[in-house]
Amino acid sequence: MSENKGFMAWIDARYPATQVWSEHLADYYAPKNFNFWYFFGSLAMLMLVNQILTGVWLAMSYKPDAALAFGSVEYIMRDVNWGWLIRYMHSTGASFFFIVIYLHMFRGLLYGSYRKPRELLWVIGVVLYVLMMATAFMGYLLPWGQMSYWGAQVIVNLFSTVPFVGEELGIFIRGDFVISDATLNRFFALHFLLPFLLCAVVFIHIVALHKVGSNNPEGIEIKKGPKGNKWSDTAPADGIPFHPYYSVKDIAGIIGFLILFSAALFFAPEMGGFFIEHPNFEPANPLKTPNHIAPVWYFTPFYAILRAVPSIAGSAFPGVVAMGAAIVVMFFLPWLDKSPVKSIRYKGPIYKVALALFVVSFVILGYLGVQPTSPGKTLLAQICSIIYFAFFLLMPWYSKIDKTKPVPERVTK
Amino acid sequence: MKKLIIAFVMAVVPALGMAAGGGVHLDHADIDLGDQASLQRGAKLFVNNCLSCHSAKYQRYNRMAKDLGLSEEEVTANLMFTTDRIGDTMQIAMSPENAGKWFGVIPPDLSVISRSRGVDWLYTYFRSFYVDESRPFGVNNIVFPDVGMPHVFWELQGMQKANFKDVDGKQVFDSFELVSKGKMSVEEFDGAMLDLTAFLSYIGEPVQMERRALGVKVIIFLLFFFVVAIMLKKEYWKDVH
Repeated sequence: MSENKGFMAWIDARYPATQVWSEHLADYYAPKNFNFWYFFGSLAMLMLVNQILTGVWLAMSYKPDAALAFGSVEYIMRDVNWGWLIRYMHSTGASFFFIVIYLHMFRGLLYGSYRKPRELLWVIGVVLYVLMMATAFMGYLLPWGQMSYWGAQVIVNLFSTVPFVGEELGIFIRGDFVISDATLNRFFALHFLLPFLLCAVVFIHIVALHKVGSNNPEGIEIKKGPKGNKWSDTAPADGIPFHPYYSVKDIAGIIGFLILFSAALFFAPEMGGFFIEHPNFEPANPLKTPNHIAPVWYFTPFYAILRAVPSIAGSAFPGVVAMGAAIVVMFFLPWLDKSPVKSIRYKGPIYKVALALFVVSFVILGYLGVQPTSPGKTLLAQICSIIYFAFFLLMPWYSKIDKTKPVPERVTK
Repeated sequence: MKKLIIAFVMAVVPALGMAAGGGVHLDHADIDLGDQASLQRGAKLFVNNCLSCHSAKYQRYNRMAKDLGLSEEEVTANLMFTTDRIGDTMQIAMSPENAGKWFGVIPPDLSVISRSRGVDWLYTYFRSFYVDESRPFGVNNIVFPDVGMPHVFWELQGMQKANFKDVDGKQVFDSFELVSKGKMSVEEFDGAMLDLTAFLSYIGEPVQMERRALGVKVIIFLLFFFVVAIMLKKEYWKDVH
C-alpha cells in the first residue's frame, strides 16, 4: 500500500488505519478456491449485527417486567412504527443465526478447519457458540409466554440437579425460588450484555483467523506453497486479496441469504411453531404447566441427549452431564483427529461414513427433542446419542486407520 | 454431499404435524383476510357475542376501523359498546375476580388466541359444542373437553348431540346430530364461524396482510439486486481466472 498524503497521513501517524485496512482486507490473502460453504462466516457476522441492531430498537419499547413484558411485545407488534418488522427480524434472525452457525461449524468438519495450526481458532469458535446459546436462552424468556416461562424453568432446573450445591445454584440463577419477575429482569440485563461480549470474541476469532490464514476446501496450506501472484511478489501464489474479490463475492452471498431470510420473515415468521412456538402466544402462567414442554429447535439435539440418559437414583444429573459433555467434547476436536489430511476430499471412506452418521443422528436428535417421549423414541435417542459421542471419541482410532488420498501441493480446484 | 445438505435442510424446516388438536380431527379453516366483508361480519359476531366475557386488550378500535375499511363513526356506532374512545383497546367491564367466581375460570384474552390455538382449531371448536347435561352449562365440546364456556351461538346453530362409537373399549367421537334447529342452516352457520375465525386471525396479527405484501416487494428487489451482485462478482473475478 502506497504512502498516503493529507488527511489519511495525518490519521495514520496517530492510528494505524491504513495498516489495519490492508492487513485485514486489501492485502489479506485468502485461498482462491473458497466454495459455497465459505459464505457462512460473513453471514454469521451479518446476523450478529442484525440481532444487536434490532435488539437495541426492541429494548426501546420492551418492558422487562413480569406484569408488562407479554403486553409490551404485542405493543411492539401493533403500535410501534415498524415494530413488527424489527421484532420478526430479531425472532427469525435468532433462528437464522443458528442455521448459519451450524452450517459454519459443519464446514469446519468437512474441510478440517480445526486442524493445526487452527486449533485455537476452533476453540474460540466453540466459545462463541456457547455464548450464543446462553444469549439465545435468556432472550427466549423475554416475551414471557408459556414456553418462555416453562422452557426456562426446565433448563434452570437442570442446574438444580448438581449434587450438593444444585439447589443453591438454581436460586442463584433465578434470583428466586421459581422463575419470576427477578429472573426476567436479570435475564434481560444479561441478554443485553452478552452480545457485546460476543462481538469481542468475534474480534478475537478474526484476529486468530488472520494470524493463521484461512483453510480451504482442499485443506492445503497456501502459506507453505510458492510465493508470488499478480498482486504481490511475497504473497502466497494461490491466494487472492480478500478485498475486493471476496468482499464482492460475499455481497452476492449475503443477498442470496437475505432472499431466504426474507421468505421466512415475511411469509412464515413462526415457521410452523419452530421459530416462535404456538404456546408462547399464551402469557406465562406459573400455575399451569403445559402438557408438553419443548425448547426451541436449536437446542433440541442437546435436550434429546439429556432425556436419553436414564436417571440414576431419581436424579437427572447424569443426563445433564451428558448434555454438557456433548458441547464440551467439541473443544477437543482438534486433538481427536489424527488423520494425515485435513479435507474430506482426501479423507477415506470411514470418515465420510462417520460424518454422515453424525449429521443424521444430530438431525434425528433435533427432531426427537421437540417430540414427547415414548419408549421407542427414547431408544432411538439413545442410539443417536451414542453415535454423536462415538463420532468424537472414536475419532483418534478411525481417523488413523482410514485410507486417505495424497494431497496435491497446489490449489487447483 | 448433496445428502448432507438435504439432511441439514430437514433439520431446519420440519414444520409438519405440529398443530396440536388433542388427537381430534380439525376442519380446515379456509379464511380469506383480503375479504373485508367477511372480516366485518366476523367483527360484528365478535363484539356482540364474545366481547362481554373475553377481552382483546391489545386490539385498538381505530386500528380495526382502518384495516377493515370502516369509518371511525361506523365503528363507534355499531361495534363499540364498552368504551366511547375510538383509540381504546377492546377491554371488557367484567373484572377477572368476578369472572373467576362466575365461570370457575377466567375467560382468556383473545387478542392472540388465533396464534396460540391456530385457526383450524378455532373454526372446529366453534362448531363442536354438544349437549351434555353433566356439565354446568349443559354443553361440552369435542375439541376442548369439559370446556368452561356456554354454547354462545346456540340460537344461531341450534343444539346438536354427539354420537360416539366404541373403539377398543374407548368412546371415540363419531358424528354430530342436530336435535333442535337454530336460526341458521348448517352452511350459514359454518360461514358465520369462518368469518369469526378470520376476524380472530386478523386481530392475532393485524399487520399480516401488510407483512406479506411488503415481503413480495422486498424479495423482488433482492432478486434484482442478486443478479447485479453476481454480475459484479463475475466482473471482478475475471482477474482471478
